[in-house]
Amino acid sequence: MKTLTLTTAVTFLFATVSATADETSIRMRDGPELATLVANCSGCHSLDYVQMNSRWVKRAGWEAEVKKMVTVMGAPASPEDQAKLVDYLTREYGVPD
Amino acid sequence: MDRRSFVRNVAGGIALAGSQLLLPRALLGAALPSGALESEELFALPGKKPLIRRSFRPPNFETPVAQFGDVLTPNDRFFVRWHLASIPEIDPRAWRLSVGGDAASAPLDLSLEQLQRDFEQVEIVAVCQCSGNRRGFSDPHVFGVQWAYGAMGNARWKGVRLKDVLAKAGLAKDAVEIAFNGADSGALEATPDFVKSIPVWKALDENTLIAWEMNGEPLPHWNGAPARIVVPGWTATYWMKQVVSIQALKQPLGNFWMAKAYRIPKGKFATVDRFTTQETAENTPITEIVVNSLITNVTDGQKAKAGAPLVVKGMAWDAGYGIRGVEVTVDGGRTWQAAELGPDGGRYSFRPWQFVFKPSRGRYTVSARASNGLGATQVDQLIFNPAGYNNNVVQRLGVEAV
Repeated sequence: MKTLTLTTAVTFLFATVSATADETSIRMRDGPELATLVANCSGCHSLDYVQMNSRWVKRAGWEAEVKKMVTVMGAPASPEDQAKLVDYLTREYGVPD
Repeated sequence: MDRRSFVRNVAGGIALAGSQLLLPRALLGAALPSGALESEELFALPGKKPLIRRSFRPPNFETPVAQFGDVLTPNDRFFVRWHLASIPEIDPRAWRLSVGGDAASAPLDLSLEQLQRDFEQVEIVAVCQCSGNRRGFSDPHVFGVQWAYGAMGNARWKGVRLKDVLAKAGLAKDAVEIAFNGADSGALEATPDFVKSIPVWKALDENTLIAWEMNGEPLPHWNGAPARIVVPGWTATYWMKQVVSIQALKQPLGNFWMAKAYRIPKGKFATVDRFTTQETAENTPITEIVVNSLITNVTDGQKAKAGAPLVVKGMAWDAGYGIRGVEVTVDGGRTWQAAELGPDGGRYSFRPWQFVFKPSRGRYTVSARASNGLGATQVDQLIFNPAGYNNNVVQRLGVEAV
């Protein structure tokens, strides 16, 4: 609703819902960076996005994806956190170079 | 080209491809990523029957293949695809549709009642298919929702013609694109809002609708209630759900979702409909649905009874040129025979088909291959592209008769 702003938008009876689906069933692989993943990524999307995009991505692929999430989608990850995310995703959901 | 010579050409093409088709399955790469197979499950969203969950939030759920047995896909089995996770529940009585933009001289602010009362109501049966349907079979795999076969459905849509609404809004002659925005948004202000546009000529096509009804019922929440855009023949990225704004533009829309996403390399696909205001030297927006088919009642690796008729059923569809034939092979592509086509439900609809054969004891590889009014057919080998679009690779299903 942002790009083309409407005066009528405010007249909706918004009752913003999450997907209401039970994503607590998602079990991510453990690792010292898992808390960083949850903190930086799960505000916008469930972590099954990571699971289904495995396992074929090398480090450079996860680097590009993390970068896209930050520069295009606005993820608020710091450079330090981005490095941790790439380490975790490559190790737990990627493949070696 | 008449149908007879067309079929002959198809058979000739297959003879060439035959040796490739006999490669071991593992070399064909037609399998979802291991992580997608591990994380998928059947899950019922509120108001839906169980669908295959790809992601919870935003919700991306696909229809199991066995549910495509009927020409019209039931609303509660229809696939769900959202880009952004904030999806409001909209009271249809409070909903408003804003129609304006710099190429509209008489902007409108329509209620659902006005939309239904002030314009002629029309219905059309049309396939709604995600651009990335079958992306999960891409080889090599590519990032995105790892769809198998079910990010699509066929429904009877009821609404009004977009061209009628644009006319009332005073559409200017120099409009180039019509942009749609839905009520959904991302969790962060910084996330690009999902706004899409189509060329003005496609917006003025009599089949392009603003629809509020699907298969005789109000649109389900997950499929865009109270109203969505319907663009028959084109992939679902343009079928804006929960549409709240329609803008006639004198300049091309340049946001992320148009300029960067949903693009195919130029020159790889035989697409007829062009989107010239968005083309670059390298790529162009995806437009039409490629000709395709799905075998709906046979699963890979299934057993059949030797000596008994095996009925292979499925659906075929394309961008609206019309399904002219479906050929089936049971010997991995060495010989093809015409399937029997079912009733024609309109040029944008699924076309049912079936093929009966009597297997002797042994192993069979069953494939179907649809062709359309342009003479286009499905491909034997994936036409790789970075986003995994336009996958119409012929399926290969192993059947053992015992």
